[in-house]
Amino acid sequence: MKRIITYFKSLLLLELFAGLWLTLKYLFKPKYTMHFPMEKIPRSNRFRGLHALRRYPNGEERCIACKLCEAVCPALAITIDSGPRAADGTRRTTRYDIDLFKCIFCGFCEESCPVDSIVETDILEYHFEQRGQNVIHKPQLLAIGDRFEPRIAAARAQDAAYR
Amino acid sequence: MNDALIFGITLAKILVIAVPLIIAVAMYVWWERKVIGWMHVRIGPNKIGPFGLLQAFADVFKLLLKEVIAPTNANRALFFLAPLLAVIPAFAVWSVIPFDQHVVLANINAGLLFLLAMTSLGVYGIILAGWSSNSRYALLGAMRSAAQVISYEIAMGMSLVCVLILAGSLNFTDIVNAQAGPKGIFEWFWLPLLPMFLIYYISGVAETNRAPFDMAEGESEIVAGFHVEYSGSAFAIFFLAEYANMILVSFLAPILFLGGWLSPFPQAWGAIGAPGWWWLIIKAFVFATAFLWLRATFPRYRYDQIMRLGWKVFIPISIVWIFAAGLFKYYNIVTIGH
Repeated sequence: MKRIITYFKSLLLLELFAGLWLTLKYLFKPKYTMHFPMEKIPRSNRFRGLHALRRYPNGEERCIACKLCEAVCPALAITIDSGPRAADGTRRTTRYDIDLFKCIFCGFCEESCPVDSIVETDILEYHFEQRGQNVIHKPQLLAIGDRFEPRIAAARAQDAAYR
Repeated sequence: MNDALIFGITLAKILVIAVPLIIAVAMYVWWERKVIGWMHVRIGPNKIGPFGLLQAFADVFKLLLKEVIAPTNANRALFFLAPLLAVIPAFAVWSVIPFDQHVVLANINAGLLFLLAMTSLGVYGIILAGWSSNSRYALLGAMRSAAQVISYEIAMGMSLVCVLILAGSLNFTDIVNAQAGPKGIFEWFWLPLLPMFLIYYISGVAETNRAPFDMAEGESEIVAGFHVEYSGSAFAIFFLAEYANMILVSFLAPILFLGGWLSPFPQAWGAIGAPGWWWLIIKAFVFATAFLWLRATFPRYRYDQIMRLGWKVFIPISIVWIFAAGLFKYYNIVTIGH
C-alpha cells in the first residue's frame, strides 16, 4: 500500500518542483560576480604577490646578500650570487633571480629577511610574453621596488603593530 | 503564374521562416547562457554588444573560421553527411508549423505524421555522426542517443495520439482551432490531457538530448558524445540542429496542448482575448526558458533510469490516458471548436 502511495506521489513530481523553485529563487538573487578589470576585490595588506627588492630612503639597496631567503625558500625559487661591490667593497648580491614558476608565494623570504629587503607586493596581475621571462633578475626586482615603494611601505606600516 | 515565380515565392517563404529561426537559435544560446548564469548566481556573457547580446554571433564566427578536422580513420563521406542529416529535418519540420490562423508554409493534412517522421529522421544524423567518427566515445554517445530517442519517441507518439483523438485531425491548424472556445485557457487540451502534456514535454526534452536527459553528450563520461570528433562549422551545424529542435518542441507544446495562437483569456474580454501570433511566441518562450531551467536544476539521469522512466512509467501512463481520451471523446466530455 505504501509503495502504491509513493508511486502516485512520485507522479506529482513534487521533488522536481521543489528543485525548480530553488533555482528560480537563485535566478533573482544578487550576483557575486566581480567585473574584474573594472572593479577589483579589496586586497589585504598582507597579500603576497609579485616580489620586489626595496631600497633605503637614501637610495642604497637594502639587500646585504645574507642568503637567508635563498636558504629558507621551500620551492628553491631564489638563486643568489654575492661578492664585494667594486665601489666600496661592501658585500652585495651580484645576482638575485626569482623563478616565478617555482615560487609558491609562501612569504618565507620576506619573513626571513633581516633588512626587509625582499618583499612580496600586492601586485597579482602580471604576465610573461616569452619563455625565460618567468625568471626575474635583480634590476627588475629593484625597479618593481622603486616603482611601488609607497604602496609597499604603507602596507608594512599598517601591519607593523601586529608583529 | 509561371513555375519560376512560384519557385521564387516558395523560396522567399522558406527564407522568411529559416532566417528568423537561425537568429532565434543565436538569441536562444545567449538566453541560455544568461539564464543558467543567473541561476548559478553569475551574470553570464555581458561584454560583446549590449548585455552580451552579440556573444552568440561572435561564437558562430569563431566556429566558422576554425578548421574542420576529419579523423584519419573516419568514413569521410558519412562524417560530413551526418551534420546535414541532423540539420535538414530540424529545419524541414518548420514547414508545417502554423504561426497564426493562415500563416503556415505547407498546410498539409497529415502535419502531425510529417512531424513525427522528420523528428525521427534527425536521430540518423546523430547515429551516423557517432559511427562514422570511428571513435569509442562518439559511438557510445550515438548508441545511447539512439536507444533513448527510440524509447521516448513511443511515449511522445502516444501523447500525440491523445491530442489526435480529441482534435480529430492531424492538421496543426485544425488542432489549434479545436481548442478554441469562449472560456479561453480552460478550453485547451492541457486540462483533459494534463499527464500527457507533461509526458510530451519531458519526452521532448529527452528527444532533443537535453539535460537532464543528455546521455548522448554526457560530458563527464564520454566527453561530448556523438560530436566529439567534430570541429568548426560541422560542429556548429550540430549545434544549430539541436537548438532548432529545442525551439521546435517549445512551439509544439503550445500548439498541441496550450491552444497555439489562441488567447488564454476569454474571448469576451475584447483585445486581450483576441488570438494572435504573439500568444504563440509568448508560450513558446516560456517553454524554451523551461528547457534552460531544467538544465540548470537537475543532474543527469543515469542510463538505466532513463530507460526505466521511458518504458515503465511513461508508456503505461500514456496507454491508460489514450483510453481516457477515448472516453472523453465518446461521452462528449471535451467539446471541440467554438
